[in-house]
Amino acid sequence: IDLASQIVRIATTLKVENAGGDPVSEVLFAFPDHQAKNLALLVATTTEGKGKTKSSGGSLPIEAVHPEGMPPALTWYTVSLPKGLGKGESLTLDIMAVFSHLLRPFPEKITQGDIQLVVFQDSAHYLSPYEVKRQSVRVKLPEPKVESYTKLEDTKFSGSEITYGPYENLPPFSYSPIAVHFVNNKPFAVAKELVREIEISHWGNVQVTEHYTLLHDGAQSTGEFSRLDYQARPQVKGASSFSNLVAMLPPRAHSIYYRDEIGNISTSNIYGDSTKTLLEIEPRYPMFGGWRTSFTIGYGLPLHDYLFHSEGKRFLKIFFGCPMNEMVIDNLIVKVVLPEGSSDISVSVPFSVKQGQETKFSHLDMVGRPVVVLEKTNVVPEHYQHFLVHYKFNSLSLLREPLMLISGFLFLFVACIIYHHADLTISKSSASYLAKLQWDEVQASIQQVLNIINRCIATHDKVEASLRDLSRTGDVQACKAARKAADNLWKELSKDLKPLLAFLQSSPQAVQILPKVEELVAKERELQERIMSKHSTVVDCYEKKSSGRDIDNRVASIQQKITALRQEVDDLIEVIDEI
Amino acid sequence: MAASETAKDSALRHAFGNVLSFFILVLIGVLAFSIRLFSVIKYESVIHEFDPYFNYRVTQFLTKNGIYDFWNWFDDRTWYPLGRVIGGTVYPGLTLTAGTLWWILNSLNIPLSVETVCVFTAPIFSSIAAWATYLLTKEVKGTGAGLTAAALLAMVPSYISRSVAGSYDNEAVAIFALIFTFYLYIKTLNTGSLFYATLNSIAYFYMVCSWGGYTFIINLIPMHVLLCIVTGRYSSRLYIAYAPLVVLGTLLASLVPVVGFNAVLTSEHFASFLVFIIIHVVALAYHIKGMLSPSMFKVAVTLVVSVGLVICCAVVAVLVALVASSPTKGWSGRSLSLLDPTYASKYIPIIASVSEHQPPTWPSYFMDINVLAFLVPAGIIACFLPLSDASSFVVLYIVTSVYFSGVMVRLMLVLAPAACIMSGIALSEAFAVFTRSIKFQLPSLSGDSQVDAGNSDSGSAATTQTEAVKADKIEESAKERPSRKNKKKEKETVEKPSVKSRIEKRLLVLPLESSVIALLLLVLLGAFYVVHCVWAAAEAYSAPSIVLTSHSHDGLHVFDDFREAYAWLSHNTEVDDKVASWWDYGYQTTAMANRTVIVDNNTWNNTHIATVGTAMSSPEKAAWEIFDSLDVKYVLVVFGGLVGYPSDDINKFLWMVRIGGGVFPHIKEPDYLRDGQYRIDSQATPTMLNCLMYKLSYYRFVETDGKAFDRVRQTEIGKKHFKLTHFEEVFTTHHWMVRIYKLKPPKNRIRGKTKKSKS
Repeated sequence: IDLASQIVRIATTLKVENAGGDPVSEVLFAFPDHQAKNLALLVATTTEGKGKTKSSGGSLPIEAVHPEGMPPALTWYTVSLPKGLGKGESLTLDIMAVFSHLLRPFPEKITQGDIQLVVFQDSAHYLSPYEVKRQSVRVKLPEPKVESYTKLEDTKFSGSEITYGPYENLPPFSYSPIAVHFVNNKPFAVAKELVREIEISHWGNVQVTEHYTLLHDGAQSTGEFSRLDYQARPQVKGASSFSNLVAMLPPRAHSIYYRDEIGNISTSNIYGDSTKTLLEIEPRYPMFGGWRTSFTIGYGLPLHDYLFHSEGKRFLKIFFGCPMNEMVIDNLIVKVVLPEGSSDISVSVPFSVKQGQETKFSHLDMVGRPVVVLEKTNVVPEHYQHFLVHYKFNSLSLLREPLMLISGFLFLFVACIIYHHADLTISKSSASYLAKLQWDEVQASIQQVLNIINRCIATHDKVEASLRDLSRTGDVQACKAARKAADNLWKELSKDLKPLLAFLQSSPQAVQILPKVEELVAKERELQERIMSKHSTVVDCYEKKSSGRDIDNRVASIQQKITALRQEVDDLIEVIDEI
Repeated sequence: MAASETAKDSALRHAFGNVLSFFILVLIGVLAFSIRLFSVIKYESVIHEFDPYFNYRVTQFLTKNGIYDFWNWFDDRTWYPLGRVIGGTVYPGLTLTAGTLWWILNSLNIPLSVETVCVFTAPIFSSIAAWATYLLTKEVKGTGAGLTAAALLAMVPSYISRSVAGSYDNEAVAIFALIFTFYLYIKTLNTGSLFYATLNSIAYFYMVCSWGGYTFIINLIPMHVLLCIVTGRYSSRLYIAYAPLVVLGTLLASLVPVVGFNAVLTSEHFASFLVFIIIHVVALAYHIKGMLSPSMFKVAVTLVVSVGLVICCAVVAVLVALVASSPTKGWSGRSLSLLDPTYASKYIPIIASVSEHQPPTWPSYFMDINVLAFLVPAGIIACFLPLSDASSFVVLYIVTSVYFSGVMVRLMLVLAPAACIMSGIALSEAFAVFTRSIKFQLPSLSGDSQVDAGNSDSGSAATTQTEAVKADKIEESAKERPSRKNKKKEKETVEKPSVKSRIEKRLLVLPLESSVIALLLLVLLGAFYVVHCVWAAAEAYSAPSIVLTSHSHDGLHVFDDFREAYAWLSHNTEVDDKVASWWDYGYQTTAMANRTVIVDNNTWNNTHIATVGTAMSSPEKAAWEIFDSLDVKYVLVVFGGLVGYPSDDINKFLWMVRIGGGVFPHIKEPDYLRDGQYRIDSQATPTMLNCLMYKLSYYRFVETDGKAFDRVRQTEIGKKHFKLTHFEEVFTTHHWMVRIYKLKPPKNRIRGKTKKSKS
């Protein structure tokens, strides 16, 4: 009997011999009720061969039975043997029973400085419906400190081990109660509930999230909690508490986080090597008896370590229990979230669990992801075993969500384009709509007018430039040619201008702006004439070979006019622009 | 030919400018968002400080129970035994915004937690606020100024301090609402469109939902309207901008439960109604003036004025009588302390006890708006050249907000957008002047081959100059066009001004060297600003204040004591236990520990807070009786003496005494002071050394180092060895920052039993 932690492990090695006549295919054994209701795991194996080499032939099927005529307050189990046991034959059976919550703290309430004492009760004699020829009990304790223990004959106490027996030739149902009252300061960490969510992403990640609701299930702490005492002498004044937990995560676990509902908890450490990742976490405060806390840890695992193909199906092979050291879980819920679109789901778990199904909606899901829910109560570290989830999944479904996003944005942009190009006016005949249309036309034509005027002004500049060239080179012909070109252009432009002006005059919307435009055109024309006259004057002068000063004098008045007109034209253009 | 090409060219340039400014805006949004993520990267994605925890809790309630339950929510977890009607006393804008965001995300199957949405609401809204600033400044001074102002606002430290990721407070969305309301007002003023006027009322409604600072809007806009009327700028656009806002806005505002009838009853809103009357009178006067001949108008004026004066006097008298009949003259305490900065410290110690209600110091201006403080005057000058309706509004905005920020540190937040707008205008104008000067002078140094026909239209502007420089001018304008394309955003302003202003500005050409140097200096100034903002965001304003860090020789040290205590409370006490602490920690206790508190940060009941203050400053026995009468099970105190955390309860203790003494006169402040000095060493008064707060803070403190040296006060404490008779220590966090005590059951009734007493 191993009492070294909060979990009681009873390993029984039975050498069974068939003393009767008929072949026996089953072996019965029993636990008292108070133990049986805390039974977490029961495994029976046979050990073949004489040597110590344990070639255990796998676990044997165990069933709970209710045979009649047996004493009450016992729970019965039977082991089916691999082959019938003939007369006189014998077989070695290893029965491993794991119990949680079997150690009772006594006293139940202790103060901060007290050590934690627990009581364990069992029988020194093996409880069996059969005769027992020879039997002994060894009790392993965590520390060589014992408050008291039942002293029977043949009781030995050495180191941290108590031995009862060996006893010989015990009749069936012999019972000799023993109680061990000993010091156990190991963490009594019990997760009232642990929800593990394993989410598979075929993009290459298995995300595991574990929500713990933790309780220190040892002796209740009463009285003051003094941080001073705890900090000064943590070994003495906080002996019954624990402040850290170690989780053994699989290798290559990444993106590990540790938090609770109010944020990240900064007291944690990771050590890793190629075979495992050790995560050492401290709850926000040291856990004394009866104190509770809750937290979440999460990590990512590489997909290819856990997902395999077989016969067109995929299966996930991942561990079931919790990775924490020596923690009892009262209620474990494992949820396996498969990718959206998985089908043909089946689960195989090496022990009995309650199965269920639900649907989870995650990022951009349309129909939701199938979730396999497995529930089990009373889980001990021995349940840290692999289980399988088989399902079918088409890899093309992977592309669904990216495509959805792409098409979503595409539609958005297309909608924007359509909105900008479409005319969404409800009533095409309403006055304001028509007015708006007209106003648009007016604006367009005014813009054209302005363009033409600008081109006129550009030609003015050209003429001016030609005049400057003339003053530099004295080439009268080139100057005249420039003038001719300008004349032609002006004519064309004024032709272009006419229909626009006519349109503006006819349009009611342009009433406000029309006088300005007309004024602009008039001014521009005047400017044209002035520049012409200036040009001809200058050219004349050059032909007559007048002196430069003479030209300047003659042009000066015209130049003044031109400047004034130019100013006015500019002003008008600006005014119209603003409208 | 050439002309059509230029038309095409300008259209293309226009489109190019639009796309460019669009991308600049997107980048500004990204900048505003990402500069606020320092807190998440350096610490974690967690709600900050005190008030955000309340908002977070309300949002959780909203997302869980729906909108109707939210309006009717009576919270019995706080202000025990009074409770608080949350739905009717909270500004719902922020909560509803985050709740809607969460709802949209979840209905798109993006499973973000409420906390994540709350944490990132503020950065998202500061991006939007930057865009709103762009719109507002664009209405005032054009695109270039808009972009500059938006970029400045995206990283102004004052705003960052209230909107880092996790700072889930009303101000986070309210600043956006404020700027956007102003934008719509200016837009309406510029366009005279009733559509924008309606939008404006809705934006105002959102602002009313979000923050009590909406009274700033409803006072500033009437002030501006009045200014416009007085300076003879009345127009129909002004009327359209104002009248619908008052009518619709007031109607909408009174829909918000926390405002309700206050929208028409309190004095904060009177200015708007007064101006509403005035603008109608003025509108009528303008209308009549248009109808009547001048002489008739004169007669009418004298008639109306004499009758109107009488009526006005009567109305004003009635109003004054009504207002005067209420004790605070119809003003809330916070508003009054705005008008009279000494009001709060005289009458309401609770308001005065909050550090963010203190007047700021000069360095805090430099810290919070940095170089903007120097650019603002330049911006004001730029707004007067020329003064339009819009720019006069911005000037008024900055002037009033400077005053308010001088009264209360918190209102620095209102100043920040104004300062950004002003500085944006100033910077953009300065850039425009300098770059133009450079552009005009560069070609004369380098190129002379750039003449082409396509630019002759812009050359037309130059012909008014003398003949001698004419050729050069054409070349300059030729240079002007291509150089614009590769210019930055400032070019937009150059494009806008019409021909005439271009001519004017051409006369303002500065020497090449000085403008280059000035440009460099401006860029340097901007760089300083950016460096400062990033530093402020990273170092000064990102700490969530529930987690503290310190750098020691062996690396980073984390003080997570607050959450340790709250987690302990939430897991290891009964659900219905009442926890008493000073009101600062009320919101956090309800949100993180989910326990009922006596008082919290919503300081609505002065007497209740005074009761807790009295208990804290009474001797143990009296305090026990007060707490027991309030059904309190645990008392939580914050103590920084061991690690040197300065804002602990001992440092806040004088406020407890003051507030307690304000209601219960047997608590006298001088009893706790030795010669007017607040001290806790051996010179302290016996009252001080025997009060509960002292005892709970320093219980068994002497045993830590043997001397009981308080590292915050830098002194040894006065009374070192004492025992608690009515309280017992149940939890102290790792660094002793939070200590939780339990009330012992009364001894004479149940002796020797560990059963707790329930009265």
